[in-house]
Amino acid sequence: MPYVPHSPEDVREMLNVIGVNSVDDLFAEIPADLRPKSFDLPKGKSEMAVLQKMEKLAARNTTDLTSFLGAGFYDHFIPTAVDALVSRSEFYTAYTPYQPEASQGTLQAIFEYQTAMARLMGLDYSNASVYDGGTALYEATLMAVRKTKRRKVIVSEALNPIYREMLDSYTGNLNIELVTVPHNHGRTNIKSLTAVIDKDTAAIIVQNPNFFGSVNDFTDLFATAHEHKAVAIMSTYPVLQAVLKTPGQMGADIAVAEGQSIGQPLSFGGPYLGIMTCSKALVRQMPGRVAGRTEDGEGRTGYVLTLQAREQHIRRQKATSNICSNQALCALRTLIHLCLLGEEGLRRTALLSIERAHYAAERLTSITGVDLFTKGPFGNEFAITLPVNAFEIVDKLTERGIIPGCPLGRYYDGLENGLLISCTEKTTEEQIGIFAEILRGAI
Amino acid sequence: MKTVFKKSVLGREGVWPEEPKSNIEDFIPAELLRESAGMPSLSELDVVRHFTKLSMKNFGVDSNFYPLGSCTMKYNPKFTEQVAALPGFARLHPAISQLKGAGRHCQGALEVIFETERLLSELCGMADFTMHPMAGAHGELTGVMIIAAYHKDKGNKKTKVICPDSAHGTNPASASIAGYEVVSVESNDGIITPEALAEVLDDEVAAVMMTCPNTLGLFEKHLPEIVKMIHEKDALLYYDGANMNAIMGKMRVGDAGFDVVHLNLHKTFATPHGGGGPGSGPVGVCEKLTPFLPVSRVKKLEDGQYYLSYDAPKSIGFVAPFYGNFGVYLKAYAYMLRLGREGLIRATENAVLGANYMRKRLEDYFEVPYNRTCMHEFVLSAVNQAKNGVRALDVAKALLDKGHHAPTIYFPLIVKECMMIEPTETESKETLDCFVDDLIEIAKLAEENPDFIKNAPVTLSVSRLDETKAARDMVITDDIN
Repeated sequence: MPYVPHSPEDVREMLNVIGVNSVDDLFAEIPADLRPKSFDLPKGKSEMAVLQKMEKLAARNTTDLTSFLGAGFYDHFIPTAVDALVSRSEFYTAYTPYQPEASQGTLQAIFEYQTAMARLMGLDYSNASVYDGGTALYEATLMAVRKTKRRKVIVSEALNPIYREMLDSYTGNLNIELVTVPHNHGRTNIKSLTAVIDKDTAAIIVQNPNFFGSVNDFTDLFATAHEHKAVAIMSTYPVLQAVLKTPGQMGADIAVAEGQSIGQPLSFGGPYLGIMTCSKALVRQMPGRVAGRTEDGEGRTGYVLTLQAREQHIRRQKATSNICSNQALCALRTLIHLCLLGEEGLRRTALLSIERAHYAAERLTSITGVDLFTKGPFGNEFAITLPVNAFEIVDKLTERGIIPGCPLGRYYDGLENGLLISCTEKTTEEQIGIFAEILRGAI
Repeated sequence: MKTVFKKSVLGREGVWPEEPKSNIEDFIPAELLRESAGMPSLSELDVVRHFTKLSMKNFGVDSNFYPLGSCTMKYNPKFTEQVAALPGFARLHPAISQLKGAGRHCQGALEVIFETERLLSELCGMADFTMHPMAGAHGELTGVMIIAAYHKDKGNKKTKVICPDSAHGTNPASASIAGYEVVSVESNDGIITPEALAEVLDDEVAAVMMTCPNTLGLFEKHLPEIVKMIHEKDALLYYDGANMNAIMGKMRVGDAGFDVVHLNLHKTFATPHGGGGPGSGPVGVCEKLTPFLPVSRVKKLEDGQYYLSYDAPKSIGFVAPFYGNFGVYLKAYAYMLRLGREGLIRATENAVLGANYMRKRLEDYFEVPYNRTCMHEFVLSAVNQAKNGVRALDVAKALLDKGHHAPTIYFPLIVKECMMIEPTETESKETLDCFVDDLIEIAKLAEENPDFIKNAPVTLSVSRLDETKAARDMVITDDIN
């Protein structure tokens, strides 16, 4: 029987020690009327047969298309050494580091990850990660509500719509009022956002670059938020944080991000990585695991989980959050990826992605009827408007081997002709050229 | 060991991408840019050696016995890693399913989701499952949100959720974060009695969250009566699946009357936990709760094609960006296919066998607060050792010196000097015997030379770490001295 080592002799000896006649006797407390009505599961298969079945299933997915899909989830190159290192079983078969002396590898890696994230965001502190960027944003919102004891949360409509939907679900039963401020042709509407901040505002939430790729400076907006004692929350794209003015420099109190783009495969939606960093003043409101540096009896440096008094296993219903598992292995992937790239490599990745996007914007908007929708500076992503419905174009081009991007009409009424296009350092000028030519022929 | 930041040497080259053609200022105005991001500069070998050395300071299941109660740290077969890394899965962009002709390019992935939900539904006796929740506690929150949506839809005004005093801390935390007041029910001789429940169960109760077998490793033998009481109040019964490894094929939670269940795939279904995650916490529901499941849902057409449905007006909405931790539950799916019906039952039987064997072998050396047939785990108490100043924590550290990971300590909260031991079915009798022998030796040492144990561990890269100092000084990045 797979993965169970006991021989019949072992089983007999164990039953003798217990003092029962059969394994069934150990389940005697489960009354007959609680026994399964059915247990109609397939018969087990050999490892080879399961692998063959899974290979067949994998082959039914198309992954050889040239894709310009992004919308918050990006196909960046992952250095080979990332997989090699996280495959070390001491990392991936370990549990949450409840016994720190036996988990120094995981704990130091978390400490280093926290350092990398705090630096990337220009903020003081980071946790050891949460499930994904959307969870990070919702937890940040709850931090602000707890801290300010207010219930109004202002959200930019240029925030990733997937996260706005998640925010809606999670706050549905809570006494929180979400106020959404419309975008302005793909730009975050700073003027309108500033105008609605008042003394009841717990938090203001914006994204940089925003969902449409537009790059902004929120310094003045955040200053207004602080005048009203509201918490400034910014969602970001960590690759571009290599080059962009940081949330910390703009005065954000909390910065969150989806960390998938540094080290995680797209993997059809997960596992991803919720990055969460904050200022000193908010650290005790921050959910999840945190590793801290300390010493042993001989003065040697070591690491432990700390600030645990906020957590569910100590505070139960009074905990800052219910989060227990985090994304430690994903955080490790991100840390290793960042170390392999280094400062210069990360900057290059960001710049190459931006460079390719600007080249794509130039090529695509040279087509009659195609206009740039995202006004002002943008990063590795931008929106265009087409003379026809974007869903139809996406369908047509996909048949020809290119996914041209994400149709904006999926999320925004009135933008049915809009297409969000993303590039990374993996996108080649040749691919962009082919895309432009096929698009020209299709409209 | 120095941190990776302290090892950085300016100008050292790692895995650099090609040279860009332009400058960043060509695209973005200088006032929107930053200076250095402070990332380290290292060679590839520097990085490889740093993380290889870090890994060597860790206990993992592949190197050490990990009898952490309630965590089910069983062996994770290797082939499932290969499954998750197949390019057809790993390279698939989630939004591809949302384009026109949704599902055309991801039939394999959708089939995995659909089939995993079907398998788990049969395993648990539930009508439907959702794979969206990204961890066990996330499943709890999702489950409680579903419960809230159900009561709201019925017009029920309910404000409370009951959790036993032995419950995992995530239960009360999840109920509270979902907006409920949490009420505790006391266990009696280790289990919940109808009498104790009756004292707190009123019309305001939306749900009762239970773990069965509970965190003491005991089966809740009053379950049928408890189920009846709860349903009479139009409250729902939530099953915390952390201990599912104890009952596969022996009881289905749906048949037993539970309305909502979450599973921890990294526990029962052998997907590695990576030093704290990622996990996956699918949620199963009975038929009347299906309309409230999160969107999207994978459905199957008559021609065998799969598609994503967003048509669920009563749904609680999105709890994850896409379909949960797909890469994690792929491994659980492959594991279930490998074991099949008999293998899953056998896993449960041997998990329970191992726990009872260890309990019997240890009963003369440690206090066993509930010394009767247990399920897949049991609790010991170090109260006798504590008389000599040796606490559960000290026993735990002494076990680390012996090369075993320690049991869960100080939980459940209702047992003094508690140690919760869960051997799992994948550990050989030799390993169980070795652990038991070492624990007996520690019990003897606790009498003869307690100071020796209080100094443990001495064989690891660090000795006992000062947790108070960590909390007081709070150095949580490498930038503060």
